[in-house]
Amino acid sequence: MAVEQNLLEVNNLKTGFRFGEEYHNAVDGVSLTLKKNEILAIVGESGCGKSTLATAIMGLHDPNNTKISGEILYKDLDLTDLNERLYNRIRGNDIGMIFQDPLGSLNPLMTIYNQIAEALIYHTDFDDKQIRARVLELLNQVGIPRPEQIMKAYPHELSGGMRQRIVIAIALANKPPIIIADEPTTALDVTIQAQILDLMRDIQAETGSGIILITHDLGVVAETADRVAVMYAGQIVEEAPVDVLFKDPKHPYTRSLLNSIPHELEEGEELHVIHGTVPSLQHLPRKGDRFRPRIPWIPDEAFDENPELTEIAPNHKVRGNSWKHFHFEGEEK
Amino acid sequence: MWKTIFRRLLLMIPQIIILSILIFIIAEFMPGDPFTGMIDPNIDPAQLDAMRERFGLNDPLPVKYIRWVGNALQGDFGRSFNYKTSVVNVIGDRLGNTVRLSLLSTVLTYMIGLPLGILSGRYNDSILDKSVIIYNFVSFAVPTFVLALLMVYIFGFNLGWFPSRGSIDVSAVTFWERTWSRMYHLILPSITTAVLGTVSIIQYLRTEIIDAKVSDYVKTARSKGVPINKVYTKHIFRNASLPIASGFGYTIVNLLTGSIFIEQIFSYSGMGKLFLDSINTRDYSVIFVLVLLYGILGLIGTLLSDLILMAVDPRIRID
Repeated sequence: MAVEQNLLEVNNLKTGFRFGEEYHNAVDGVSLTLKKNEILAIVGESGCGKSTLATAIMGLHDPNNTKISGEILYKDLDLTDLNERLYNRIRGNDIGMIFQDPLGSLNPLMTIYNQIAEALIYHTDFDDKQIRARVLELLNQVGIPRPEQIMKAYPHELSGGMRQRIVIAIALANKPPIIIADEPTTALDVTIQAQILDLMRDIQAETGSGIILITHDLGVVAETADRVAVMYAGQIVEEAPVDVLFKDPKHPYTRSLLNSIPHELEEGEELHVIHGTVPSLQHLPRKGDRFRPRIPWIPDEAFDENPELTEIAPNHKVRGNSWKHFHFEGEEK
Repeated sequence: MWKTIFRRLLLMIPQIIILSILIFIIAEFMPGDPFTGMIDPNIDPAQLDAMRERFGLNDPLPVKYIRWVGNALQGDFGRSFNYKTSVVNVIGDRLGNTVRLSLLSTVLTYMIGLPLGILSGRYNDSILDKSVIIYNFVSFAVPTFVLALLMVYIFGFNLGWFPSRGSIDVSAVTFWERTWSRMYHLILPSITTAVLGTVSIIQYLRTEIIDAKVSDYVKTARSKGVPINKVYTKHIFRNASLPIASGFGYTIVNLLTGSIFIEQIFSYSGMGKLFLDSINTRDYSVIFVLVLLYGILGLIGTLLSDLILMAVDPRIRID
């Protein structure tokens, strides 16, 4: 069996934002790998650090206000060491990025053609004719009707779904082996969401690229992903293939999340919610189990002093041992 | 687009008529007339009244208004009682001076404002940015006449580097002498105007750039691998300059209106000083035409601003 090669390897990545003189880590020691032909979903609540992680991989954090440590290994490069000039060769060429808000992520004053062409100009030596041909090809690929007319249009003239297709076309322009999609369907309505997810799956099958899909929507994960990493408070708390995660979730946070999905409720039955909120960066306890304050009915001795991510079954990693003692409130273990 | 322009121009006609009637009524309420205080106080009131009668000053308002409009349509905007010549000549003499001064002032204002706004927006919270903000507060707070008097005192009076009054030297005869003398007289007033006129340019540019820097489309551009300098020139500056572009129409028409303070303090014979002098001498025919002109220029400025914004922002279409 051939060894599956890792496209991207993130080792113990920490990303800290500056508050006054102190840095607080929004991503706090994340390690993960992305393989070819794989869709890796990163799930978590708002503020768990998933978008910060994506921005860190793209190297788009403001260096004056952020501190990044750890490694992001791509080919034989550590991206955290790259200077701007070299990073610009990677961005768009080796890693494409799809953003959440399809209206905001397009420049309102530039035509669709110019915005897609811009992705090609810096990475190819195409002449105008070749660029035009490639733009048309991309628009066809992402399912834009009448591409000849649409490419002369401005973003405000298109619908939300069309704009997101354009954003995807931009990310695909140079056939990057890695695509990071940061909540690509959050701003879209449900029917368009399904279309965009289909499109991303098709593209993945066509190009064989690895996709990191960042989302808070477990429905999207179930439909699209191959592997899932669940993030809480800057750390990965559970990582598993998608079917394992949905069938046999271990970590209390994963179980709570899955339990919060609205299903057909009996009359009088309450929708399950997770207690409390994600603490803000400055107030996040850095020691002990970070999820502990939100499951107060679990006895103290169930939590580890320093929970580590451990492999409990092949390809299934869970942080700490609290999962062994976890039960939902009101239930008996 | 031409249809829009034509319609907007047509719409201006009733606006101008209403404006002229309003000004006419207000002028009627003003105390005194051209003969007040201009003529020997010992003159027989009956004779004065005869003069008023002769010039039509005692006629009812609608009659005066219609007479004025009739003349104006034939290019006769009345005579200035103060300058003893036609209003058109009086204004024509000063328009050139004002345009020269405003043009240089505007160019200088943008030459100072644009780079400072861009730099402080791009490197916000740097020492440079903080100095620009201090300059902005100071220039916003200092009244024009204070700086103008300081400039006159320091560079005109004490150092004697630049002329501090007038628009041209009487000894200048040849074309080149006259041109040079005019330029020389422009330096102090235009610098004064420019130094104090940059507030809105800097403030708009700075905040717009700071906003645009963290916008999603800039993130998209950077994730395409566009070098940061290109991101600034192609994405950030264009978007950040929209509010300035929208004010540019007014800037253009302001070239003609001049500045009352600056022209008065530097004794610069332009439209602003003419306006003030006419008010002081109750030269109503001139005041009337000037106010009407400013009103019309305001209307044109609005139209120009809309057209400019339409040209730079594809989201805006007026029809």
